Amino acid sequence: MTPVLALSLRSIGNRRLSVALTVIAVALSVALLLGVERLRNDAREGFAQTISGTDLVVGARGGAVQLLLYSVFHIGNASNNVSWQSMQRLAALPQVQWLVPISLGDSHRGMRVVGTTADFFTHYRHGAGRALGFAQGRAFAAAPDGLFEAVVGAEVAARFGYRIGQRIVLSHGSLGGEGGPRFADHADKPFTIVGVLGRTGTPVDRSVLVGLEGIEAIHVDWHGGAPIPGLSIAPEHVRKFDLSPKSVTAALIGLDSRVAVFRVQRQINTMGPEPLSAILPGATLQELWSLVGVAERALLAVSALVVAVGLAGLVAVVVASLGERRRELAILRALGASPLQIFALLALESVLLSLAGIAGGLGLLYGAIALAAPWLSASYGLDLAAGWPSAGEWRLLGAVLGASLAASLVPAWRAYRYSLADGLTIRI
Amino acid sequence: MAEAPRGRGQAAPMVMAAGMRYRWPKARTDCLVIDELVLEAGERVFLRGPSGSGKSTLLSLIGGVIQPGAGTISVAGQPLASLSAGARDRFRADHVGFVFQLFNLLPYLSGRDNILLACRFSAARRSRLAEAGVSPEAEVARLAARLDLAREVLARPAAELSVGQQQRVAAARALIGRPGLVIADEPTSALDADRQQAFVDLLLGECAVSGAALLFVSHDLRLAAHFDRVLDLEAINHAAGAAEQRA
Repeated sequence: MTPVLALSLRSIGNRRLSVALTVIAVALSVALLLGVERLRNDAREGFAQTISGTDLVVGARGGAVQLLLYSVFHIGNASNNVSWQSMQRLAALPQVQWLVPISLGDSHRGMRVVGTTADFFTHYRHGAGRALGFAQGRAFAAAPDGLFEAVVGAEVAARFGYRIGQRIVLSHGSLGGEGGPRFADHADKPFTIVGVLGRTGTPVDRSVLVGLEGIEAIHVDWHGGAPIPGLSIAPEHVRKFDLSPKSVTAALIGLDSRVAVFRVQRQINTMGPEPLSAILPGATLQELWSLVGVAERALLAVSALVVAVGLAGLVAVVVASLGERRRELAILRALGASPLQIFALLALESVLLSLAGIAGGLGLLYGAIALAAPWLSASYGLDLAAGWPSAGEWRLLGAVLGASLAASLVPAWRAYRYSLADGLTIRI
Repeated sequence: MAEAPRGRGQAAPMVMAAGMRYRWPKARTDCLVIDELVLEAGERVFLRGPSGSGKSTLLSLIGGVIQPGAGTISVAGQPLASLSAGARDRFRADHVGFVFQLFNLLPYLSGRDNILLACRFSAARRSRLAEAGVSPEAEVARLAARLDLAREVLARPAAELSVGQQQRVAAARALIGRPGLVIADEPTSALDADRQQAFVDLLLGECAVSGAALLFVSHDLRLAAHFDRVLDLEAINHAAGAAEQRA
């Protein structure tokens, strides 16, 4: 078998150009397959960690996915609010370590306004427990000093070019994002940006965060979703009113011990008098991903097809070369090569080319990750890992290698048949 | 005229075929029927065989690439039928050197590597060289010098060599490691007329030096002058199919 390997390599070297092109095609397809697999895993992981470190999300009684969608992803609206008394009861539960209320309903130029407390910045975690970081400035101060202070997400700041000190006006209503109905502006009570958050890849990037009291303050002269006619209270006078929140949309809860999470969940779900729903964000995120994950699996299937096309091209090149190499096979037979050695020669050639393609694909993948990772992280908050191939990726590589082994049998078998049929007859 | 003089040497004949018939798969009639064919060790035989006379079939049978449907064929005293297909391939590598009409060389190997390839496929050729105390590389150099192949010619890829150079490289490959039998199949047909006789003489001389029997196949009787014996394949092949083909 030794002369076979040497001959294989020399024969490949002789057809460098066509061989290089097919290897590049295979390398590109392998890089695409692995890239999709890695992106898909990292996207799923990033998605599953949109919110981490929060043990329970509590809102008005309703579906788990719906609650997660409006409270964390700011998609859709809550059917009901939760009263402040319920919030206080939740906070008083012995297992609850912290509670961050969230009040939604207003928007700013299509971005959701999140009314919350400064605790949000300490307790909201994403990814592997990463805290929110400030690109500029600080968190809004507690009322009354920080009543009209706002913190904007990275996307909001980037999209509108906002900097610290700029004043923004919030709008009532938030249905359907930028193009949706916006009922009226709270133009009389502008907010001052005091902080810009770093990029997280979560919905926080597209949020404007203000204090709960600020939300109350812009609504003191409103009733039932519209300004009360003839009543306008200037911002300097608003502090005289009771600005403590009456109700909020949802709450993020952290427990002393995660072990208690199911017990606390059941306790909240059955607690009176107000009907509440408590969900485990991680589990619900997985459920949500299984809905959107179809696209990601389709993408993987398409890239698997691309690999199949690449390998088919490789086999086509080797098979096409066989026609002009029939005399070569006859020479080898005359020199004492057995039909099995001829088979091995051709099989080895295809396998070597596939291996080169796979290695090239891995190289392309790591090169692309090294180049694109900073940009992906900055623009999409997607963290691509440059580590060793995961178990799933090894499985894919194994599948590609298996497919290439199977494909290599095509030219090998053909050459075997030729060498048996031709014998020592030199056919041109 | 086909009867060979027996008992010329003490050794077994290099090729001995008796009652041999061969029919290609799917063919209706035999293409080769030979009652007896003997080639003594060291004997140099000119086999006249126009195309269609069953020439390729005979050479494939002697090379052990195909097996006769009936009869026996022995090479260097070894009945080929008693060997497995793989063993016949190794036997061919060890004992038979081939020179074809054209395209003898692997285009992507240098002249030197083409010659050495014969040793790569045959342990016997390597060991015969080792017994003689010669390295394969030294033997290549010796053969190249005798066949008038310059060092730089050996280093060039075979695809860049002239036809004459290719045929001489092919002759060196057939001869290296001293196989007992060299089979040349119309090796001069692609050469100029004045080069043809020179190549035949070269081949005859080298076979004489290495003691190899030479079976030289050609349709051109003008080249037959310096051979021990001339055989006419049309005369020894009694196959009706071959006669039909010729008609």
